[in-house]
Amino acid sequence: MSRKISEEQYKRNLSVRFKKWISGETDPYLGNMEITPKKEYAPDEKILRKHMADQTRIISRTYDMEHNRVYRFFNWFYRKAAFLCCIVLIAILILTVSYLPKTTDPGSPGNNEVAERYITQGMQETGAVNAVTGMILTYRAFDTFGETNVLFVATCCVMILLMLEEGTKKKAEDENDARYEPKKDVILQTIAGVLCPIIFIFGIYVILNGHLSPGGGFSGGAIMGAGMILYVSAFGFKKTQKFFNEEVYKVAKISALCVYGLIGSYYYITGANGIENHIPLGIPGHILSSGIILPINIAVGLEVACTMYAFYALFRKGGL
Amino acid sequence: MQILKWIQFVLGIGMLLAGMYIFALQVFGVFKFKYVLNRMHSAAMGDTLGIGISLVGLMILSGWNFVTLKMGLVIVFLWCASPVSSHLISRLEATTNPYLDKYCSVGEEMKEHLEKENEENEKVGEEDE
Repeated sequence: MSRKISEEQYKRNLSVRFKKWISGETDPYLGNMEITPKKEYAPDEKILRKHMADQTRIISRTYDMEHNRVYRFFNWFYRKAAFLCCIVLIAILILTVSYLPKTTDPGSPGNNEVAERYITQGMQETGAVNAVTGMILTYRAFDTFGETNVLFVATCCVMILLMLEEGTKKKAEDENDARYEPKKDVILQTIAGVLCPIIFIFGIYVILNGHLSPGGGFSGGAIMGAGMILYVSAFGFKKTQKFFNEEVYKVAKISALCVYGLIGSYYYITGANGIENHIPLGIPGHILSSGIILPINIAVGLEVACTMYAFYALFRKGGL
Repeated sequence: MQILKWIQFVLGIGMLLAGMYIFALQVFGVFKFKYVLNRMHSAAMGDTLGIGISLVGLMILSGWNFVTLKMGLVIVFLWCASPVSSHLISRLEATTNPYLDKYCSVGEEMKEHLEKENEENEKVGEEDE
């Protein structure tokens, strides 16, 4: 049978005190230990001066070109070794180039049936006038899907490292971002107002025309991302967040990747099993043609534009 | 016709060479000068005048076609964008360097304006810390 104890006794109990110490309510040393008040740190002039003099003496002795033989030798050797390394590297590279197969050599390994097939039958099979886009988004769509995933994972990693949680720090960053940058610079704002629409339209043109002319998702997305960065640096984050904030970013990025994944997997599965796919190729040269290339180009363009802008915003203020 | 072609060739090559000369001056200036604003001056010169003259030379060489129009657009774009970027870099140096009048003469009005901006920046910095 346990016996009852008074509250004071209970408080003196070891387990209770331990519990209090763990939870940080009481400090067992406070009031029980002698604490000597510390003196404020005052640097001793004499010692400091001696230290500085020693430092300068050491530096002047080690870098004394006339008397320090080791340093002189190192300096001489460093220059000679750098020169030698450059020469050896150049020689190795030139030697390697001379061993490459000649351009007109019919037996060179680059001259195989793959390239021939891309050139002769690429347009009938993919429907794209631009052979490069046709190649990377149909024959090598799986590879390009990997690249798009790399972009997605890269932004995720940067977000994990640099994204600021809601709180005072984020508020402070929001308020005085661009501390040293020009605020409301009239020249920049005027030029950005003229150039931004042109850049956006050009980026959209490059993405949509990827299968007809040089360009495609990656280059068009990079142009659009650069346009958005210009807009942000001219007008600030408040105006940009009206049309591109974290919600829009999430929706655009994830839906672009999912659309690519869905279209791509349909294409791979039908292609690998020899099933006929029902994506119409259209007439080469029209804007609505070439099957899966146009939607995939749009998805890749969105992904790249979001990645470019997100990198800039995260490195600048730790949030979109 | 032959004479016209020769004139086009000579003009185009002459413009290109003038552009290359300005680029060479730019590179020399960027490495020769010690202070930021002096360097920006020479760098901005190459970015606008050098690239403009070179592109005009290329336009003359390519003749009257669609590529020429595109190159004209490139000139318009570059002449909008690169002076602004050099202006921004120079302005950053002017607002953040407290010893600006050591390197160049600054007018009274400009000095007051810069000091005001500097104070604002410092205020923001103190709040941050």
